[in-house]
Amino acid sequence: MIWVDTILQGILLGGLYALFAAGLSLVFGIMRLVNLAHGDLIVLGAYLILLLVTLTGLSPFVAAAVAMPFMFALGYGLQKFMLNRVLGDDILPPLLVTFGLSVVLQNALLEGFSADSQRIQAGSLSTASIEIAGIGLGVMPLLTFASALVVIIGLNQLFYRTSLGRAFRATSDDPTTASLMGIKPAGIFAKATGIAMIIVTIAALYLGMRSNFDPSIGPARLIYAFEAVIIGGLGSLWGTLAGGVIIGVAQTVGAAINPEWQILAGHLAFLVVLLVRPRGLFPRAVD
Amino acid sequence: MTTLLETRGLTARYGDFQALFGVDLVLDEGETIAIIGSNGAGKTTLMRSIAGVLRNPADGIRFEGRAIGDRPADEIMAMGIAMVPEGRKLFPSLSVEENLQIGAYGRQTGGYWSLETVYELFPVLRERRSNPGTALSGGQQQMVAIGRALMSNPRVLLCDEISLGLAPVIIKDIYKAVPRIRESGASMIVVEQDIGQAMAVADRVYCMMEGRITLSGRPGDLSREAIHNAYFGAQA
Repeated sequence: MIWVDTILQGILLGGLYALFAAGLSLVFGIMRLVNLAHGDLIVLGAYLILLLVTLTGLSPFVAAAVAMPFMFALGYGLQKFMLNRVLGDDILPPLLVTFGLSVVLQNALLEGFSADSQRIQAGSLSTASIEIAGIGLGVMPLLTFASALVVIIGLNQLFYRTSLGRAFRATSDDPTTASLMGIKPAGIFAKATGIAMIIVTIAALYLGMRSNFDPSIGPARLIYAFEAVIIGGLGSLWGTLAGGVIIGVAQTVGAAINPEWQILAGHLAFLVVLLVRPRGLFPRAVD
Repeated sequence: MTTLLETRGLTARYGDFQALFGVDLVLDEGETIAIIGSNGAGKTTLMRSIAGVLRNPADGIRFEGRAIGDRPADEIMAMGIAMVPEGRKLFPSLSVEENLQIGAYGRQTGGYWSLETVYELFPVLRERRSNPGTALSGGQQQMVAIGRALMSNPRVLLCDEISLGLAPVIIKDIYKAVPRIRESGASMIVVEQDIGQAMAVADRVYCMMEGRITLSGRPGDLSREAIHNAYFGAQA
């Protein structure tokens, strides 16, 4: 029974990693851009929610909803005025720019909020749990996983049911031909990054409520997110969820064997998948 | 007849390589013109320039009197100039129907062409509507590419080498659609290597060689010899 419990906790933890990864997966799927500042943007989102909660006394969930339009605008502007300028056949310039952005964000947050670790207070919700068939499950992990599901389903609906989603896929296939359809690739990229920032805000909400954070923890979140994307297969949203779950389960199983092994087990699972399936579990047919 | 689209002394270059040397071309409202010429004559460059994929001086291309040479492709398309690109260029991530739908993305004016009328024009596409665009035969893919361009109800339809790589029977099938397209009110510029096909559909023909127009006129007025000379540059 303890194993079932461990694995269930791992799956739920995977929801958090899937949330970290979904925005990264979206942006990479559309414009082949790896945003090295992704983790730091999540931390930025967490501080923004914290600020709103502290200043206005709003519930964290409402604060996150208020933060979303700002984060969308930030993503839109970031893409339009900075990243679009360096996108091209060469993948190095966008990597360097987002790496620089990561350093700038970490230092700006350090300057603005100090190195003290912070937490978004969620009240009784953070310790609440429900018991299902003899297994106690935390409400917070359940909410996290449910949010990850909603995000992945929502993104899939957006991609496969809407005109904007068709434009996303067409631009990802061939930006020049997409422009012949009246699509402005630069505008599509900006919208995609804006939407990714909305997901980043959701990830930031749970990151901030579930654990302490400080300005320096972004890069480690980026690694989990990146591993989840790679395990799932680049560009596949359901794959990203699966990738998050695999890392989550590996971490909790590792921790159950020896608490020191938690992080290591997650990375090992990533390496094993990479060895067996170098293109990930669900790679997109076209690449 | 009123002039719909014209180029004046249009030049185009890829870096140091100049591909067009002062091309003058006129397309009247309701007209179909053909551009013929061998590989490397500059036909595709001319099409890509008009469609806005290649940028030019604003004055080089005029559409309904407006200088549009420097506008990007997405704006050109919204004005009503749609292109069937060389090599079809269907979107592999999109189904046949989605490929058609996205053709109207930047210009939803309404008009004769809709999913329904495109399926009437090419009935086989209705059967394959949920297949990925790239799972179709070459001829069917070409039909999707033409239908996709029609979905925006263009004023001008640019067709770049729509017979390339297709069997003669299939080419005939595809060209059967041209009269319907003309009736819908679209003016057409058809780029062809197949002279016979071009002569059959066009009101006027331009012949290109090495980035210049070497001959133009009505198909009936042009002798085979004159076309031969304009096409190959050889004095027979």
